[in-house]
Amino acid sequence: MVGTRPIRPDGVDKVTGRALYGSDIRLTGTLTGKVLRSPHAHARIRSIDVSRALALSGVKAVVTGKDLPQAAPDEVIDLGEGAGKVKYLRDNILATDKVLYEGHAVAAVAATSAAVADAALKLIAVDYEPLPAVTDVRKAMQPEAPSLHGTLTPDAAPNISGQVHHRLGDPEAGFAAADVIVENEFTTETVHQGYVEPHVATAMWNADGQLTIWDTTQGAFSVREQCAEILSHPVSQIRVVPTEIGGGFGGKINVYLEPVAALLSRQSGQPVKIAMTRAEVFRSSGPAPASWVRIKIGATRAGRITAAEAEFAFEAGAYPGDPCWVAAICVFAAYEIPNGRIDGFGVVLNKPSSAAYRAPGAPQVAFAAEQMVDELAERLNLDPIDFRLLNSAREGTVRIDGGAHGGIGSIECLEAARAHPHYHAPLGRRENPDVSPQPHPTTAQPPPQGGREVDPSPSTGEGDAVAGGVVPSAEASSSLRRGRGVANGFWVNAGMQSSCTISVSADGSVHLVEGSTDIGGTRAAIAMQAAEILGLEAHEVKPVVADTDSIGFTSLTGGSRTAFATGIAAIEAAREVVRQMKERAAQRWELDPEEVDFAKGVFTAATNPTRRLTFKELATQLEKTGGPITGSANVDPQGRGVAFATCIADVEVDIETGKVGVLRFTVVQDAGKAVHPSYVEGQMQGGAVQGIGWALSEEYVMDEKGHMLNPSFLDYRMPTALDVPMIDTVIVEVPNPGHPFGVRGVGEVPIVAPAAAIANALHRALGGVRLTRLPMNPRTVLEATGLIDR
Amino acid sequence: MIERATTRLHVETQINGENTDYLCGPEQSLLEVLRDVLGLTGTKEGCNDGNCGACSVLMGSRLVNACLVLGAEAEGQEIRTIEGLAGPDGLHPLQQAFLETAALQCGICTPGFLIAAEALLDRESEPSEERIRFWLAGNLCRCTGYDKIVRAVQLAAERLRQAGQLREMEVPT
Repeated sequence: MVGTRPIRPDGVDKVTGRALYGSDIRLTGTLTGKVLRSPHAHARIRSIDVSRALALSGVKAVVTGKDLPQAAPDEVIDLGEGAGKVKYLRDNILATDKVLYEGHAVAAVAATSAAVADAALKLIAVDYEPLPAVTDVRKAMQPEAPSLHGTLTPDAAPNISGQVHHRLGDPEAGFAAADVIVENEFTTETVHQGYVEPHVATAMWNADGQLTIWDTTQGAFSVREQCAEILSHPVSQIRVVPTEIGGGFGGKINVYLEPVAALLSRQSGQPVKIAMTRAEVFRSSGPAPASWVRIKIGATRAGRITAAEAEFAFEAGAYPGDPCWVAAICVFAAYEIPNGRIDGFGVVLNKPSSAAYRAPGAPQVAFAAEQMVDELAERLNLDPIDFRLLNSAREGTVRIDGGAHGGIGSIECLEAARAHPHYHAPLGRRENPDVSPQPHPTTAQPPPQGGREVDPSPSTGEGDAVAGGVVPSAEASSSLRRGRGVANGFWVNAGMQSSCTISVSADGSVHLVEGSTDIGGTRAAIAMQAAEILGLEAHEVKPVVADTDSIGFTSLTGGSRTAFATGIAAIEAAREVVRQMKERAAQRWELDPEEVDFAKGVFTAATNPTRRLTFKELATQLEKTGGPITGSANVDPQGRGVAFATCIADVEVDIETGKVGVLRFTVVQDAGKAVHPSYVEGQMQGGAVQGIGWALSEEYVMDEKGHMLNPSFLDYRMPTALDVPMIDTVIVEVPNPGHPFGVRGVGEVPIVAPAAAIANALHRALGGVRLTRLPMNPRTVLEATGLIDR
Repeated sequence: MIERATTRLHVETQINGENTDYLCGPEQSLLEVLRDVLGLTGTKEGCNDGNCGACSVLMGSRLVNACLVLGAEAEGQEIRTIEGLAGPDGLHPLQQAFLETAALQCGICTPGFLIAAEALLDRESEPSEERIRFWLAGNLCRCTGYDKIVRAVQLAAERLRQAGQLREMEVPT
């Protein structure tokens, strides 16, 4: 069962348009909610007058930040991913004293129609005192920068909201022992997760205080906890019903609309639905942070890294909260480095409060570190994969952050990449792109000799992709240049809490109730793990994603945890079902339960194997043997396995226009055990293309006052089908000892390496020019090559 | 005092083969009519400004973004939405291919892709990979990286060609 490719249980609903997403929820008497947002990136709110809006016919409720309970200045809550101040959480929902970014919510209305709600927003008078804004992370770090909150951490500039510092061994001695040292600075821009479904929430606050929220979210329980804190309302009085979710990638964890809809519903006594426009999604949800990163690495002539140093600053956005701590774990995690130093800073500035986006923090530091690793390989005249293998982390490697790796698939991924035909093929598109290589069931074969592409016909110029300099394309006079690059990605993955309940039906199938919202096919992956234990077919396990009243606590769908942790809950619930079923068989056969065996869906008497009952046969007899059977499990597994992925990219750049195209792309990833290989490949391909977008075209373009200039899909420019090639995948399986089937999380790591792999490919295509800035759009390329001035 | 426009247009059209009429405001988009007036929520909204293709529908043989078409413009037209793709005999070959090849993850863009792909296969029975990518470039998918979507369209096209050949063989010569 595990390792096969059945059709997903929610598939038919989703290809016929019947699946219900956030905006498909329609309750009788629902009011339309709309949010008034700040036109300023930084301003003090002198006053808000809502009286004219309230007086408008058809307006049923108007709320501002004053309608939220007021938090003590230092009240702190922990929502599972680090503690935060309650005041910040509330102020981000509805601002009180200051607005801190363009699009910051200041008031909201509920009305009988969208037109009336729009008219009411225009009648709300907000008196702002504009303040100077800062939107660049390095400028915001300076002591004299406009301050958002006053001093946040002792002995630091006011806007520095978080710090992480690690040191291993003796970095100075390590660099002194190096024969070659490379160092450079890199920047990345703010990017958005770009889920196609905008945020939308529907809330009904009943007269008895029972609040129900229908929501498109990555974590129904997480929404419940956040709303309980923000509204000071008991969790027992809040039920969150997760709808189907149209993409999240980390961006649908934090609440934005939910508490506002709840307040409007309480005031109006009617259900209230609020949906963001696409521009609101860009300006007012939580994008991924921009960054500045400096990397320094030294190695011996023999190719061993002796020391490494990373210094970086991440935007937190308007409120504290940044991925520095995890970026510090990831930055050099793929390598064994005896001496090192890592210093990271989180910085508040006048942009939306940043949120998680697929391996938060890791792509930014990988873009920098993997280019410097590549640079070292080039200086040492070593193949880039050979150099990485020479220095690869392995089980027991102690990282600079102090943590040690367990069983990992770093070497296996690198070897599989080196053995892949792509690494040895002429530069360019795969010759027969309609035939996909089958997924690799096990680890890779030993690499062929050489390990790098050898130019088969130098006269065509399509040669020596990996180690080469300027590589002209087919026509020597053309302005097109091609290159190949590789890069490594690492991600920590998560475990966290999950619950599952499995009940047996009289026809021998089972119903599986889970609390994990399904973004990308986890219903299938979780049901298959239960089916494996129960000896059933995939379609005989019917999974349901339940609301918060109907299943035990389950952490959010994030951290690549769901197939791993909720999978373990499903396995344990299935084992409990088997235990109870054995009791029923024992009762029928007048044996002790220990005398009943179960394998491949069949119960047998240990003493007499001719006595046998299939799972189905026994299921039909539950009524007569003691009634229904339900197995439940609540887990908090600690054995998460970390993830590695290696990317190979072939690019073509036009040196006259600066336009970059991706010709061929391969992702090699350790999945531990691929439960449903098609959906593992899907994660790899989707993550790779998000990484390609981050690398080449996506960014928040801001003016000096902090206004976003491109808040639409047209101008933000995510990749279309025409912008990318087929994404080849190789699944490597180095089992995770912390999961019964060896499963590792797979969702996040594929986004980590693409930008670095493309940058390394461009470095070769451009004859040694280093691109140190994302996105690598025509302007970045032409400025780097000197064709235009910066 | 805001007075909402009281004028309602009476529109007669055909949706998924059924004669349909509705009242809509002159400013309402076809997307709003489909979802809010007629309850056909299979057509999705991702941007409401014509840049994501989640609301792709067919108007006659034209592939359009329903958010950029007025409800009034459907007068006298034949509209086809995702709800009309599967027939009484089961799923459309495109839907079946999307399921088998795992060409969807979250599924929010899937109805739009299916309608856009149907419009392509109505015109061309054997589109190349490049042609499929070009045709589907008006539809954004953030989950799949497009690889499996392109393959699903190729698979459905192949099956439709085979089915067409079988039908031709059944015709007595």
